[in-house]
This record gives sequence, structure tokens and C-alpha cells, in this order.
Amino acid sequence: MITKENKKMTDYDMEQLIGQVLRYGVLISGSIAIIGGIWYLYQQGSGTPHYTTFNGEPAGYTSLTGILKGLAQGSASEIIQLGVLILIATPIIRIFFSLVSFIIEKDRLYIVITSIVLFIILFSMFAGLKV
Amino acid sequence: MTIFTFTLILLLGAYLAGLAGSLTGLGGGVVIIPLLTLFFHVDIRYAIGAALVASIATSSGSASAYVKEGITNVRLGMFLEIATTAGAVMGAILAIYTPVNIVAILFGIMLIFSAAMTLRKKSEAALTVGSKLSYTLKLNGSYPSKNGPIAYKLNNVGAGFSIMTIAGMLSGLLGIGSGALKVLAMDTAMKVPFRVSTTTSNFMVGVTAAASAVVYLQRGYIDPGIAFPVIIGVLAGAFTGSKLLMKINVNSLKLIFSIAITLIALNMIYNGFNHKF
Repeated sequence: MITKENKKMTDYDMEQLIGQVLRYGVLISGSIAIIGGIWYLYQQGSGTPHYTTFNGEPAGYTSLTGILKGLAQGSASEIIQLGVLILIATPIIRIFFSLVSFIIEKDRLYIVITSIVLFIILFSMFAGLKV
Repeated sequence: MTIFTFTLILLLGAYLAGLAGSLTGLGGGVVIIPLLTLFFHVDIRYAIGAALVASIATSSGSASAYVKEGITNVRLGMFLEIATTAGAVMGAILAIYTPVNIVAILFGIMLIFSAAMTLRKKSEAALTVGSKLSYTLKLNGSYPSKNGPIAYKLNNVGAGFSIMTIAGMLSGLLGIGSGALKVLAMDTAMKVPFRVSTTTSNFMVGVTAAASAVVYLQRGYIDPGIAFPVIIGVLAGAFTGSKLLMKINVNSLKLIFSIAITLIALNMIYNGFNHKF
């Protein structure tokens, strides 16, 4: 009985933790997007949008090193892309926290399942599928 | 049109998309793609990038509340995410070989399907006996209600898993959360009660979209000038929607929205056949 009660507690704790991770991820990325967005409009607001043809984004927006380099130069677009990165990272960090929770709960089956999901996403990230 | 006006109109459009998406349960991405392609004549690849970002934003934003309330079945979501993320990666690879007009046609078909799914009758019924696999995988659970926790059991885990793979693939190919297919897999195949299936589906959308977003970001589909008004607008809209949801009756709204979505879908399919993308 006691072990069951303990297990319930950690499941509940995991839910609270995941909820917080998602909330803060969204809040932080949203705030960065607002800051970057205002700066972007100030810099380029009078220009003309060019989205009718697809050119692909320059390397500065598509890789972590490119985004960090742009940030150092105070470029608005890269600030926004940082917000986008944090937004994309939020669910991935959520999986990571779930994995830690399952390890604490000693739920072997779900340690394996969560690791598979994490592996698929990391594969997608680093496998060079960008072709 | 200057970037400034473009941003303001897009911000308003994204707000309405987030609002409609959260009130009807379709998510933000579904409206973002037609808004960008049909209204702003933005290339569909940029629209897909923006829709993915919108899907992650709405999913994470609303999932945080549902998870804390304990309605979401985290284990079920985690298990099915194997299918959706693997599908999403396949979809992102398929996208390289799929002409944009085919993407537009598929998107239109998916929209009509989503509209139909919004209108169908929902089942709150909970199974008392689950399949063998549901016990092995610890997928059965309970959710809180006014009359105390309600326990439920699951069925047809394999079928649900297969539909989820297709849902993930379409999500990776089209940039949408494909919440409608996820709910179909859980409600119709696995017999998950409606409240659990919608919140768990919403919970999974973020991870599914992230799996293909990491590819699309590197491919240059995500433009900062489109991304920021979309993120801010959709989040604000979804937030308003979640507050409104408790106060208004959404049935007539769902009907109007479904008809509008179907018309938009037909327009996308027509343009797709005429290679206007």
C-alpha cells in the first residue's frame, strides 16, 4: 500500500513538473519573440516583405552557431530565431524531464519508451535531413 | 505593403487563428497555412514552417494546464509519441520528394477531414475491461471529474499506434499538429474517453511538431519575420480562447468554422490542381 502511495506521488509530481516546464518555455520564448519583433520592426519595418518566392533562410537563421553569432551582433532576426529555438526546445526538454522522472520512479518500461522518443528527435536534429 | 503592415495584419490573423483553434479544438496551425498562402500569397514552405511553430506554441501553452489537472494520460502520450515522432521524421523526409501542389491538395483533404471530425459526436464512455497490451504497457488510467476520478481502460493499442504513425507523417509533411487524426486514433480505435483523448492529443502535438521542426528550421522554412507575429498572435488567441471556452456555447461556432474551413480547403485543393503554389 505504501509503495503504491509513493508511486502516485511521483506521478503527480511529474505532472506538475512537466506543466511548469511547458509554461515557462512558452513564456520565455514568447517574451524573446516580442523583444526581437519590436526591434525587427524598428530596423526593417519600412521594407517590403518577400515571401511569395521561397529562397530558404540564410545560414544565420538555421543553425545554432549562426543564431548565436547574429545575437552577438544584436541582430533582431536572430533574437526572434532564438525565441523560436526555445519554443522548439520546450517539448524536447519536457521529454527529458519525463525521462528523469521515470528513472526516479524506476519505471523501466517507460525509461525505454521515453529514451526511444528522445532518440528519434535527436536523430532528426543531427542526421542532416536538411537536404 | 510594408513589413510593418504585413506584421500587423499577420498578428491579427494569427490571433484569430489561435482563438478559433482553441475554441474548436483544431489547433492554431490549421488556419495559419491558408491564411499565409491564400491571403498573403506566401510560399507554402514558409507557411508550413510557421504552422509548425504555431502548433508547438498552442500545444505547449494549453498542455501545461491540462497536465497539471491530471487529465492528460502522460504514459499513453509518451508511448504513442514513438509513433508520431517516427512518422514526423518520415514526413519531413517525404516532403523533399513531394511537389508543393501535392502538399496543398493533401492539406486541403486533411482540412475537410478535420472539419468533419470537429462536428462528430463525442463519447465520454469509459471501458471497464482493456486489452492485454493496455495492461502490459500501463496505459489504463483515470481522470478527475466533478463526481470524483473516473477510471478507464483501453483497447486496440496496435491500431491506435498505426494511425498515430500516419498522423505523425502528415504532421511532418504538412506542418500541422494533425490533432483530428490523433483524436480518431484514441477515441475511435483505442476507446479513450473524449476528455482524455483531446488533452493527450494536444500534449503530443508539441513533441510531434518539434520532431519535424528541427529539420525544417535547418532547411530554412522558418522565417523570423513570419514567426514572431505568428507565435505572439497564436499564443494570445489561444489564451483568450481558453478563457472564453468556459463561458460560451461553441456548438454553433464549430459548425460555422467547419463550413469556412471546408470552403478554404476546396480553394486549396483547386489551386493545388492548377499548380498555383
